Amino acid sequence: MSTIDARNVDFYYGNFHTLKNINLEVQKSEVVALIGPSGCGKSTFLRLLNRMNDLIDGVSITGTILINGLDIYATSVRVDELRKEVGMVFQKPNPFPKSIFDNVAYGLRVNGVKDKALIEQRVEESLKSAALWGEVKEKMKKSAFALSLGQQQRLCIARALAVKPKVILMDEPASALDPISTTKIEDLIHELKQDYTIVIVTHNMQQASRVSDKTAYFYLGELIEYDKTTTIFTNPQKLSTQNYITGRFG
Amino acid sequence: MRHLEHEILALRQDLIEMWKLVITQVTNAGEAILSFDQELAIKVTLRERKVDAFELKIDNACENILALYQPVAIDLRFVLAVLKINADLERIADFAYGIARTLISHPSLILDAEIISETNLSEMIDQVKMMLSQGLEAFETEKSELASTIFSEDNTVDEINGKAPELIAQYIQYNPDRAFDCLHLIGVYRKMERIGDHCSNIAEEIFFYVDAKILKHSQIDILE
Repeated sequence: MSTIDARNVDFYYGNFHTLKNINLEVQKSEVVALIGPSGCGKSTFLRLLNRMNDLIDGVSITGTILINGLDIYATSVRVDELRKEVGMVFQKPNPFPKSIFDNVAYGLRVNGVKDKALIEQRVEESLKSAALWGEVKEKMKKSAFALSLGQQQRLCIARALAVKPKVILMDEPASALDPISTTKIEDLIHELKQDYTIVIVTHNMQQASRVSDKTAYFYLGELIEYDKTTTIFTNPQKLSTQNYITGRFG
Repeated sequence: MRHLEHEILALRQDLIEMWKLVITQVTNAGEAILSFDQELAIKVTLRERKVDAFELKIDNACENILALYQPVAIDLRFVLAVLKINADLERIADFAYGIARTLISHPSLILDAEIISETNLSEMIDQVKMMLSQGLEAFETEKSELASTIFSEDNTVDEINGKAPELIAQYIQYNPDRAFDCLHLIGVYRKMERIGDHCSNIAEEIFFYVDAKILKHSQIDILE
């Protein structure tokens, strides 16, 4: 069973047909990069995977999206439960105005975990998984805003990991970071894929080729080509894909 | 035009120029050996430095493009193919140089027209010249089908090379005083045969660049 299985997905903002008949499967522990020019629908598709578009007025979706076999748009599905399974990291780090510890513990607490020892253990595990523990273990009570941008982004990843999701969505997670912080995030993605399935939106072709196992190229709301990253970046089957990744686009 | 396209166009132009120079080298080396033309052989040896300079320039340009632009897809295949074709052309020019040196080092070398004709040396030289020119045309026009004939032509070159030692051995039996000259003649066949092999390698690289097909060692799976 695929971890993510999108079937015949169409999505509309009002009358605007944003995504057209998207079919895309992601297997467990795969990293999939979504690429394409601005407005192609890649971020919209990413946000459909944990129902982030639900709150936008006038949107509608047809087709099905299964995550570990569960239809996430079924009426019985609770969005807060879904988001424990499908975590998200955004373009700009968005730590809460709380301490480092409380940021990572936040998801556990709102989900009703009260066992202090368990929370401490999970916070430490998550910070270690996000490759941040060594840098913050002595200052867990300090404000998250005292961290550098790169550290804040890894803190947000730790926060997402704390509730033990199966899937992590990343929307341009390194676009606001310097090259060293970017490398750390990319190394982290390689580490995290052992335990998580990751879907990442990126405008950086080299980043897509470095971090992902498969790449999906979107254009004007359609999934033009989806294949192994090595194939997409050495011998794409569609001219449109080639024109985009080689910069001849437009 | 994107900056990368400028770089690729310049690289392409340099390789074509080098390719034409190498064709001249092989042509002149062949003419020199067939007509015992010392002066022409000297010209070949003098031009060898220019071929080497081209090789360094193209290597450097490829390295810069890979480091600075991180090409992908057809651009990446182009640069990788150029790197390998560059090395093949340089080796081909080395063999032309070697043939010219044979003539210069042995000014008294005399090759009997009879044995040259019997062993098809002139045809062999024409064949490798044609293979080089066809490779260039296939590269310039990006038509891999033009390169496909090079493989069968290489077989013809191999056949001529395979038959030559026996014919030369027979000739030596009847003309023992020419044995020394004939040993050098075998060296010329060997060099022409190697030029043919490098032309085949170039044809494979053109298929890789244009069609993303890997033809070399086609019966062997890539090691995981």
